[in-house]
Amino acid sequence: MRRLPRLGWWLVFIIGFLYFFVPLYGTLDFSLKSKPFLSAYTAVLADSQFVATLGYSFIAGILTIIISILIIVPTAFWVRLKYPQLRPFIEFITLLPFVIPPVILVYGLLNTYSGGTLLPLGDSDTGLNVLLVAAYVVLSFPYMYRAVDTGLRAIDIHSLTEASQSLGAGWGRILFQVILPNLRTSLLSGAFLSLAIVVGEFTIATFMSRPAFAPYLGIVGDSKPYEQAALSLISFGITWLAMIIIALIGRNSRSKIKVTVG
Amino acid sequence: MTNAALPLKAPGAPVARPVHRFGLAWLGMVPFLVFAFMFLIAPTLFLVVGSLQTAKGTFTLENFADLFTPQILHTYENSLEISIVTALVGGVFGFLLAYAVISGGLPRILRSALMTFSGVASNFAGVPLAYAFIYTMGRSGLFIVFLKSIGIDLYNSNGFTLYSKIGLEVVYLYFQFPLMVLIIAPAIEGLKKDWREAAENMGASSFEYWRRVAFPILLPTLLGTMILLFGNSFGAQATAYALTGGFIDIVTIAISRQMRGDVLFNPNQGYALAMGMVIIMAISIAGYSLLQRRSERWLK
Repeated sequence: MRRLPRLGWWLVFIIGFLYFFVPLYGTLDFSLKSKPFLSAYTAVLADSQFVATLGYSFIAGILTIIISILIIVPTAFWVRLKYPQLRPFIEFITLLPFVIPPVILVYGLLNTYSGGTLLPLGDSDTGLNVLLVAAYVVLSFPYMYRAVDTGLRAIDIHSLTEASQSLGAGWGRILFQVILPNLRTSLLSGAFLSLAIVVGEFTIATFMSRPAFAPYLGIVGDSKPYEQAALSLISFGITWLAMIIIALIGRNSRSKIKVTVG
Repeated sequence: MTNAALPLKAPGAPVARPVHRFGLAWLGMVPFLVFAFMFLIAPTLFLVVGSLQTAKGTFTLENFADLFTPQILHTYENSLEISIVTALVGGVFGFLLAYAVISGGLPRILRSALMTFSGVASNFAGVPLAYAFIYTMGRSGLFIVFLKSIGIDLYNSNGFTLYSKIGLEVVYLYFQFPLMVLIIAPAIEGLKKDWREAAENMGASSFEYWRRVAFPILLPTLLGTMILLFGNSFGAQATAYALTGGFIDIVTIAISRQMRGDVLFNPNQGYALAMGMVIIMAISIAGYSLLQRRSERWLK
């Protein structure tokens, strides 16, 4: 827009910049007030709970990614190849997690699967772990489906499928040795986004009483405010790392995924 | 897997290339459908059915009728207000920010920096976000102390507190703007130079170009994205919970209290509370996809 002088746009940018960075700086500043210098960070790294909860969340994240890929890829592939008329329906399902926020999802899950129901997952620790990952897979649907679908659009799946078939490949081989490697970049973007979401997820993990990272972050501060500031920054750093990796992956690829809801 | 050459074609499917053989490959969709049913549809149905039942299991609409008490209405009102304010403010400022780095003549490097940062910030919700703001805008936060040193006392003379509706709005904007930036940036990039040139050749001023060409094209995307921001804030729980310790009157927190069993009203009423929220979310997402379809016409 030529009407607004460039100065105006700089002003907009600077306001945005300050709003973004002052809270981060505030957190850093507070975390460094612990004496001796950096003791908040050394205390965090020495805390076995930190390693344990972060490890728990990473494992949950990786399981989420694997299951999500295993169930989304064949579905998206099949819809694109053969059943385009099912597309709106499948898309609708993958968008449902935007309509059902985590707090409601966990409410429904715990009620459906605990207290002597057919499948009493909510009554044991193992069951709750399963339920947690299941909920995370559901949360990953919108991102993963979009990523895979965009990836499939960029490659000629009809020709690839035909070529594989004429060479005698079965469906399993087509999916896992032909289609999947071609989706590498979109799958990686979807995967890192899912990982960032899972590691930062608070609501579901809290209500399922799981020893995950975000709930740990929530309780640590009552007694150790400096450590909490350090942990908040570390958590931000993890998200940042995931996003930078996504950006690097996306730079060299034909297919880019859009981030929609955070 | 069979090798039947029969062209098993679903009714209405576009004619496929004949080489495809069909066996049980469609089974590939079954895990997804089963999974979605078990962990997404069934739990939702449980809440739907529960909200339509009395404690004894007979059908009733009373749970929904009971939502219209002043207290619960007030809870919904607060949630709606926070969501509308942050969607509007976040939407407008996010648009300006995206426009600033794309067409405002700022150095190109700021653009990729902003996009990466938006990816991070739009996913940075919950506990760490709440704390970052407590250290910055809490009673003895960095920014508040700075303002005090230049003579502005937000807490004591302006009645500001971070642990209130306005405080929550300030915090929510941290993930609202970036989401707007991420979604609106491709749309702004999609505005073709030819359109502006064509308009200018016909004597349009910059203002007329915006009023008659660019703005109408961007409008569905703008509105659609703001609706998405609305839903994003309406469904947020973790940030509010961490910030206020569960003491703010919004719907997601009311549902949390219900789950914790802190409140002495019946579970079926809780289900209705949740359904009320799902209905509002459903309406907003429907609006979003409707508008998105419209905007795709121009912005390819």
